[in-house]
Amino acid sequence: MKQDYVLHLADTHLILGQRLGEWCGHNVVLEQDIAMSNIALDLLGQCRSLYQYAAELGGNKQTEDQLAFLRGERQYKNHLLVEQPNGDFAFTIARQFFFDVYHQLLCEELVKCSDKQLQAIAEKSLKEVRYHLTWSSEWMIRLGDGTTESHQRLQTAVNELWMWTHELTTTASYEEALDVPRPSDFKAAWHAKVSAILKEATLEIPAESTKQAGGKEGVHTEHLGFILSEMQMMQRTYPGMTW
Amino acid sequence: MTEQEIFDKKIDDDVRIEPKDWMPEAYRKTLIRQISQHAHSEYVGMLPEANWITRAPTLRRKATLLAKVQDEAGHGLYLYSAMETLGMSRQQSLDDLHSGKAKYSSIFNYPTLTWADIGTIGWLVDGAAILNQVPLCRTSYGPYARAMVRVCKEESFHQRQGFEIMMALSAGTAEQKEMAQDAINRWWWPTLMMFGPKDSESGNSELSMRWRIKRFSNDELRQKFVDMMVPQAEFLGLKVPDEKLKWNAEKNGYDFGEIDWEEFWRVVKGHGQCNKQRLDARRKAHDDGAWVREAATAYAEKRAQREATKKGA
Repeated sequence: MKQDYVLHLADTHLILGQRLGEWCGHNVVLEQDIAMSNIALDLLGQCRSLYQYAAELGGNKQTEDQLAFLRGERQYKNHLLVEQPNGDFAFTIARQFFFDVYHQLLCEELVKCSDKQLQAIAEKSLKEVRYHLTWSSEWMIRLGDGTTESHQRLQTAVNELWMWTHELTTTASYEEALDVPRPSDFKAAWHAKVSAILKEATLEIPAESTKQAGGKEGVHTEHLGFILSEMQMMQRTYPGMTW
Repeated sequence: MTEQEIFDKKIDDDVRIEPKDWMPEAYRKTLIRQISQHAHSEYVGMLPEANWITRAPTLRRKATLLAKVQDEAGHGLYLYSAMETLGMSRQQSLDDLHSGKAKYSSIFNYPTLTWADIGTIGWLVDGAAILNQVPLCRTSYGPYARAMVRVCKEESFHQRQGFEIMMALSAGTAEQKEMAQDAINRWWWPTLMMFGPKDSESGNSELSMRWRIKRFSNDELRQKFVDMMVPQAEFLGLKVPDEKLKWNAEKNGYDFGEIDWEEFWRVVKGHGQCNKQRLDARRKAHDDGAWVREAATAYAEKRAQREATKKGA
């Protein structure tokens, strides 16, 4: 049960880190290439701590790499939001911003939970996540309140991503059963923060749309299979080797 | 003393030339050409390695590779900044890259086909880059020399990482060893080409040496590289793909075969496998980012205006 939860956290970090890694070398300007890689690196670092903990919870029968590279798409428990393709810069920024608001709220709760290991990981992450949120919020405002084109592109991204944000504040069965934060408890806080920034960015808050969920329980969008086939290619092609 | 004499004396005394100092126009031009080629090499050089970030075999390798490519972006930034001190804007210099006018190292026009290529680039290509670059930490132009001190520290870290990838492969299975050998077979000669044309055919070398922009000749550095790398290849259990390679006790160095200069010039002139692909990727990133840069400028102006209005009120 607890391993499911830790894997859910680890998978979400890894898949978003993987998506951000796709930008490396291709970003809009060198400074932002560096910034986005930084965030990807933070997420990869956090996911490693989480996979190592998940491995420990599973009696060390599997390593962090086996957990990351040898589980299939029905076993992955990341949010649907983070597996969505990068799209244009506006799309990536909006996805990051929605995630960062959730991530900060989560870490602020996790530092208070009874599990010492998760507490320690969250404490370390929180410093990084605060920076991520500052960065993505600033870009939301800059693009939203920039030119007509940037405003339109970002509004489109916000509208199209909206249905995937619902899952961030749902509580899965394994969260109900554990002494860990229930994301549904910070639904209102997530909306308040997101609305405030969207307002400052002169963007419209999307009307209620269909609510998509399932990632946390292993039911994904078609995108995840492709992410995994690329990411797991080496471990699957050359089983059991040391790199 | 004339300005020229002051300049010459500084060069002779190994005193750094700084942005506001008088310098001969040809010195400025040579520096701009060299730093620009270097900056663009960092920027274009991100591409072949970034090609493997999403496929790196372990989480640790993924993180180190991403961090490495990020360092290269950082090197690009230092160098574009050094170039700005010579009156060349980043925009102008990127325009020159995108139009094909400015050059970058040809090594990045070769494809990265397997994971072993990532190890080999770190080990051989960064190894060659270090030999080229360490003397530049003492180059006569101050901002360039200082940028290179930082670059070199990070490069030697990258080289160790590359060597470590190769060690894992050579301690691995037959398939992994084969992958490593295939990589050195493809990268060895292009890496030797990184030191540039033979001294007898290098048009820019002599003056650069006089101005202490360069401190060793292309052939000297190439020899140093071979002498350094052959024992490392042996340690890894890899065969250097050169039938003429032989220890020469008299010169206390290796004799080695002739570079395929036809291939060298062909790739320099734009006809390598990836020349078009790399430049297209650079242009695309730049073009796709135009609206973002415009938005950032527009927002900064709006904000400045709002603050001015606030202050005025």
